[in-house]
Amino acid sequence: MLLPLPSFQKLLIELLTKPIIPKEMKKLMFLGFLLIASIGIHAQGYKVGDIASDFQLKNVDGKMISLADYKDANGFVVIFTCNHCPYAIAYEDRIIAIDKKYKSKGYPVIAINPNDPTLVPDDSFENMKKRAMEKHFSFPYLFDAKQEVFKKYGATRTPHVYILNKKDGKLIVEYIGTIDDNYKDASLVNKKYVEDAIDALIQHKKPNINYTKAIGCSIKSKG
Amino acid sequence: MNIRIAIILFLVISFSAIKSLSAQEIKTYNFTQLEPILHQTNDTTYIINFWAMWCKPCVEELPEFEIIRKAYSNKKIKIILVSLDFGSKVEDRLNKFLKRKQINAKTLILDDPDANAWIEKVDKNWDGAIPVTLIYNKEKRIFLSHAITSTELSKAIDRIIN
Repeated sequence: MLLPLPSFQKLLIELLTKPIIPKEMKKLMFLGFLLIASIGIHAQGYKVGDIASDFQLKNVDGKMISLADYKDANGFVVIFTCNHCPYAIAYEDRIIAIDKKYKSKGYPVIAINPNDPTLVPDDSFENMKKRAMEKHFSFPYLFDAKQEVFKKYGATRTPHVYILNKKDGKLIVEYIGTIDDNYKDASLVNKKYVEDAIDALIQHKKPNINYTKAIGCSIKSKG
Repeated sequence: MNIRIAIILFLVISFSAIKSLSAQEIKTYNFTQLEPILHQTNDTTYIINFWAMWCKPCVEELPEFEIIRKAYSNKKIKIILVSLDFGSKVEDRLNKFLKRKQINAKTLILDDPDANAWIEKVDKNWDGAIPVTLIYNKEKRIFLSHAITSTELSKAIDRIIN
């Protein structure tokens, strides 16, 4: 699907500068379609440095929540997570601890469940409410019902963290990845990627490590 | 003398029969121990699947590997299921699970919680979501980062072998 861009651009420029005759017009339209399609492919998911967009999603308390509601926040720890995934469960207490530690410092946790509950019944909105109550989540736990937000962010698994930092009214993605280097045992963690990244941002520095990978449960989606 | 040989033979045969009936021994590796298995240079084609019992699409595709294992039984093919399961009595749970699902491919557990350190060593394009399947021999490698069917797997194997 992806064309080598330079030759593609050359062709496009050639076509644009030439007088357009019907046959070429068709070609041009086809190329335009390809261009849009390839942009679509490239635009999937944020990279560190990108500007993140806001969203409006339903919280477990029934209220709609947007990042814009948090006027005093300096940034956000957006975590795509869910009920059913063993990795998400293993990290629940650590997510609560991160929120408690950093909310007062201007970086609250915003948890989002991206899964389609028709594929994973455990991740239904009702079950989200239950889980949030049982664990006394100190942060909003939002439901990405249309599954648009996780796609825009490019999240692929749970848990998947995006740290955003406010700058000139924009939300810049400063870290993408995992919470730390030991999903099994919090007491054996050596590298706290998320905490280190927020600590750096608080000191107006860039995180040393801004991208990590982790094993996680794939996000369940029909399309 | 002949009777003694017969008895020994009988014992050996019955012992091996019992052994083959019992579940396979599942060993636990860290990534350093696993890594050589991802880079062998003999004549065999290896199919390495990363999965876990909790992962629904992973469990759904397991029978596909059994189909391949049987279809390629006369070829130099080795299927290894690398389980990322963790928790108490994971070997026991895994053994029971495989028995129930009638999965006989070789299985091992990868227990190495610093996944960020090794995910890229499996394949640089892997983001860590499972299932994924690596098919390789000493010359070629194919990495499939989605749930597979036996048809797709068989095409990939044929591309590696030929």
